[in-house]
Amino acid sequence: MSHRIDDAGRLIDRSKPLRFSFDGKPHTGYAGDTLASALLGAGVTMVGRSFKYHRPRGIVASGVEEPNALVNLGSGNKLEPNQRATTTELFDNLEARSQNVWPSLAFDIGVVNQAIARFLPAGFYYKTFMFPRAAWKHLFEPFIRQSAGLGKAPDAEGRDEDTYEHSYHHTDVLVIGGGVAGLTAAKAAAAGGAKVMVLEQEAHWGGRTPVEGGEIDGMASEAWIAAAVEDLAGMDNVTLRTRTMGAGVYDHGYALGYERVSDHTPGDGRPRHRLWRIRAKQIVTATGALERPLSFPGNDVPGVMLASAVRDYAVNYGVAAGRRTLVVTNNDDGYLTALVLKNLGLDVVGVVDARATATGANAERARKAGIKLMMGKAVAGVKGKRVVTGAIITDLSGKGASTDVECDAIAMSGGWSPVVHLWSHCGGKLNWDDGEAMFRPDPDRPPSGAAGEAFVVTAGAASGFLSLEKGLADAHEAGRTAAKAAGGKLTRKAAPKAAEEERQPIKPVWIMPTEAGVEKRMKMWLDYQNDVKVSDVQLAAREGYQSVEHTKRYTTLGMATDQGKLSNINGLAVLSDALGQPIPQTGTTTFRPPYTPISMSAITGEARGELFQPLRRTPMHHIHEECGVNWEPVGHWRRGYAYPRAGETVHEAVNREILNTRENVGMLDASTLGKIIVKGPDAGKFMNMLYTNVMSTLGVGKCRYGLMCSENGFLSDDGVVVRLAEDSWLCHTTTGGADRIHSHMEDWLQCEWWDWKVYTANVTEQWAQIGVAGPKARAVIEALGGMDVSKDAMPFMTYQEGELAGMPARLFRISFTGELSYEIAVPAHRGAEMWEAVAKAGEPHGIQPYGTEAMHIMRAEKGFIMIGDETDGTVIPQDLGLDWAISKKKEDFLGKRAQERSFMASPDRWKLVGLRTLDGAVIPDGAYAVGDGTNANGQRNVIGRVTSTYYSPTLRKGIAMGLVHNGPDRMGEVIDFATLDGTGTVIKAEICDTCFYDKEGAKADV
Amino acid sequence: MSDPVTATPDARYEGFATVTDTGPRGMITIRGEGETLVKAAKAAGVDLPDTRAVTAKGGVQLAWMSPDELLVICDYPEAPAIAAKVEKALGKDHSLVAVVSDVRQVFRVEGANADEVLRKVTPANIDALAPGEMRRTRLAQAAGAIWMPEADVYEVMCFRSVGRYMFDLLSGAARPGSELGL
Repeated sequence: MSHRIDDAGRLIDRSKPLRFSFDGKPHTGYAGDTLASALLGAGVTMVGRSFKYHRPRGIVASGVEEPNALVNLGSGNKLEPNQRATTTELFDNLEARSQNVWPSLAFDIGVVNQAIARFLPAGFYYKTFMFPRAAWKHLFEPFIRQSAGLGKAPDAEGRDEDTYEHSYHHTDVLVIGGGVAGLTAAKAAAAGGAKVMVLEQEAHWGGRTPVEGGEIDGMASEAWIAAAVEDLAGMDNVTLRTRTMGAGVYDHGYALGYERVSDHTPGDGRPRHRLWRIRAKQIVTATGALERPLSFPGNDVPGVMLASAVRDYAVNYGVAAGRRTLVVTNNDDGYLTALVLKNLGLDVVGVVDARATATGANAERARKAGIKLMMGKAVAGVKGKRVVTGAIITDLSGKGASTDVECDAIAMSGGWSPVVHLWSHCGGKLNWDDGEAMFRPDPDRPPSGAAGEAFVVTAGAASGFLSLEKGLADAHEAGRTAAKAAGGKLTRKAAPKAAEEERQPIKPVWIMPTEAGVEKRMKMWLDYQNDVKVSDVQLAAREGYQSVEHTKRYTTLGMATDQGKLSNINGLAVLSDALGQPIPQTGTTTFRPPYTPISMSAITGEARGELFQPLRRTPMHHIHEECGVNWEPVGHWRRGYAYPRAGETVHEAVNREILNTRENVGMLDASTLGKIIVKGPDAGKFMNMLYTNVMSTLGVGKCRYGLMCSENGFLSDDGVVVRLAEDSWLCHTTTGGADRIHSHMEDWLQCEWWDWKVYTANVTEQWAQIGVAGPKARAVIEALGGMDVSKDAMPFMTYQEGELAGMPARLFRISFTGELSYEIAVPAHRGAEMWEAVAKAGEPHGIQPYGTEAMHIMRAEKGFIMIGDETDGTVIPQDLGLDWAISKKKEDFLGKRAQERSFMASPDRWKLVGLRTLDGAVIPDGAYAVGDGTNANGQRNVIGRVTSTYYSPTLRKGIAMGLVHNGPDRMGEVIDFATLDGTGTVIKAEICDTCFYDKEGAKADV
Repeated sequence: MSDPVTATPDARYEGFATVTDTGPRGMITIRGEGETLVKAAKAAGVDLPDTRAVTAKGGVQLAWMSPDELLVICDYPEAPAIAAKVEKALGKDHSLVAVVSDVRQVFRVEGANADEVLRKVTPANIDALAPGEMRRTRLAQAAGAIWMPEADVYEVMCFRSVGRYMFDLLSGAARPGSELGL
């Protein structure tokens, strides 16, 4: 059983005990512990159950590769599922719960799956849940959802209380990994004068080297690391970040770093995570290597761990995996574990080595230390269910006599795989190294930048150099060349030195024992998290799966949250063997970012709550808010939809606003409308091209309504154009059209008519604009004072500039409601002031604000079109009966040629008409007018559709406009509009003129 | 009568850096080419800025916006007079001069770690920014421009409609405890 030991634990502080709980049971650990080391220290060996068979599982690894020890961390708003115990730093009162267990970790009902494991082979779901079709939705899926799943989802109504942020960083050289290779590369790059950033995913520097021992430049590795960090920290051109994982490498030297700022100090007010968005000229991946498990039967029983992890826990945290440990290995490094444990006074049962002889330096030391070596042997079985109680040892083949040994922990080493993920993210290629039995980066096929140049280089173990001396030399060279490639110099300083050690080659053993029968192969776990065994991969191969990518998806190998960090190479080696082909021919699956899961919140950064999106506010926004406005989003703007009073529904408010405007006077915040100045000697010519009607002849001080089309003839925007001066025009656009139309203008000016002398300026935000409409509008403007707005001095469709209420103002006499109407424009910084002034001046006249819905209805009563209602990108002005606004005289305008094409000029196009329901009902939005018969698909033929439909409080009935086949020729005809209530009933409507109110325009002509 | 106000009048946040709304600023857009812009700069009394540069003299700043656009930044009440002067100087030259003082607003970010506030919200390389440059970029999701009127002081310009967003964004980035510690 795992336990805490004395006189070890370089990372923990025994003077600072920390309390934590696991599944509600209290435990104690120490500052510096990970949750995993604290659990092991407290004797907790079983931490969860597997995904499919609910087998008991313990901690296997000591870092990011851990597949089993995933926990629900925290509770309530702090609950986070699938947190890796091995990378969770312990803090006081940490609360963790095991996952995938029901009703409890010790007694789990899902374990019955294990009894029927024979019937849950690879591809089980695909094979079983095919038929009947309906069963998937109603039977299989609910069952699977219930039984599967890892962590507990946080409460949907819960809210993350923490803050998150991004940070952008620009550097010459980015070094990912702060082990001795990363530090060496950073030193070499910094010495070359490059600006360097180093990211280390853990809380401390130096990686695993202090555990492995050895000397660098004649110093103990730990002392060398401390000195190197001090050196680097003292350099102005170096930035060091711990707890920051290099998550991904992307095109153009872009990389993501994931900093866990305060995961270990919750509630201290700091952001929880920070996403570093880094631009680097060169990236050095010093990401180390991960140890592989060995695939022997029962290799998933709690107590079976990676040999390197057993060393890590002992040296770093003073935690022993067991009291009697058996080591099983196929390479030299397993011996290190035996030596470390022996030196700490722990019992080592022996070392099972798949190789026939042991000649390496570590093996020699073990032999001298009196450790029992079992050469050419295999572990052929593990005893114990919830914890290891012993092992069965046979010859490597599995044949012949077997010996039982008693042990409570098994440390396994199947060799090492360089962490090639970040090298591969952006296209770095790999070679299979037969001698070392690993895929290692091919320096000749690196990820390349825009000019074909390499922008990633690997360093140390990540390059496949597992020995200290070769790793340091490689890392130094990587740092040098990266600095040079990033514009720095090649340092002449020498690489750090370490003594050469005698190493004996690894013996690749992908299945142990090598000739194990099917019963045993069904107990050899490859992917712990997804319960994929050797037998599953072999079955997939027999069923015809050849591609490693297909096999991965079929068997789910490497698809869990650990993304196959332990299982990948072992799995594809088994697949290769089953297919009878060499490993490089099988290849690897694709390595995609992020390296390990990063929080969604880190990606979101600050963009939540008020900062979710930039809200565009008009200068009067706060006033609307104060009077309880009902908002309508229009692009990023918020516009007042209606201003309900106490006890009023929104619908009632809209009706009141309309009636008040028609009877008295209303005011509208029209600030969001686009305003673009067009100026220059060729501006008139340009305006004539932009609009379908003639704008060049507009008199100075006059206004004209105009239409803009795309070059394909479709109606794109509309608005009132004002001639400001001889050479300048002001174009009003729709709210949504402001930026789009300005870009449209610049596009034509810069790309097509580059020799025309025209400048534009988007002054949308310069002006706050207030519409004042209604019979008493003139009285209100007069009360503001400053301009003569009498009928003679300021006729309809004119404009003047001056002062109103003591503010510089532009006044337009234009009308979108059909009433006597003005629009006042003042500088935006005085918009609120003018709004208040108008409200005050209008008070005696009963002025009330009206919102966009009232505006929409009033314009529909007048038969005015709305871009986005009557148009949808397929409608030309002629469809809307706007021929009067299309010049016949102009030689050209945007859209003219397109509108002359046969199908645009076709008499069969649907055209705009008014629609009056016979019973006064309101036609549903978007309703279709149905004709006789059905089409080829058996659907009812349609002859038109509604574009705008409202209840008109002015007329006290439903009014609508719609596009109808031959509409204008069918005045008075009654057509049917389908409803969607499923009864097949129709609404009968009579085709009429589009203008429902004051056809002769008397209201505005006063 | 009251005074013109920005979207965030008198807004101020003191975190590890200080964020302040600098109040209404006079601004003039000038569009023209070559000699025309030389004349415009002269009329405004400021040196013509190089590409991506901003020059200043006597309370007036002149910023390069694009190859054919400059922006005058001055005291709010001065803008109409300066615009008139520039227009007069340009005479019949093809150009566009417009007072745009209300289109945008300017925040000041200052303090020892003011750079960190900006590092969190803009992809622009803050290390490469120095007094004399105006960097047009984005700040989180809003367009903006950043320049340094003096060392350790940044001014951030954005559209008035997103003034509140920008203030909240910068204040959030300046929250005590969230220092980058670079």
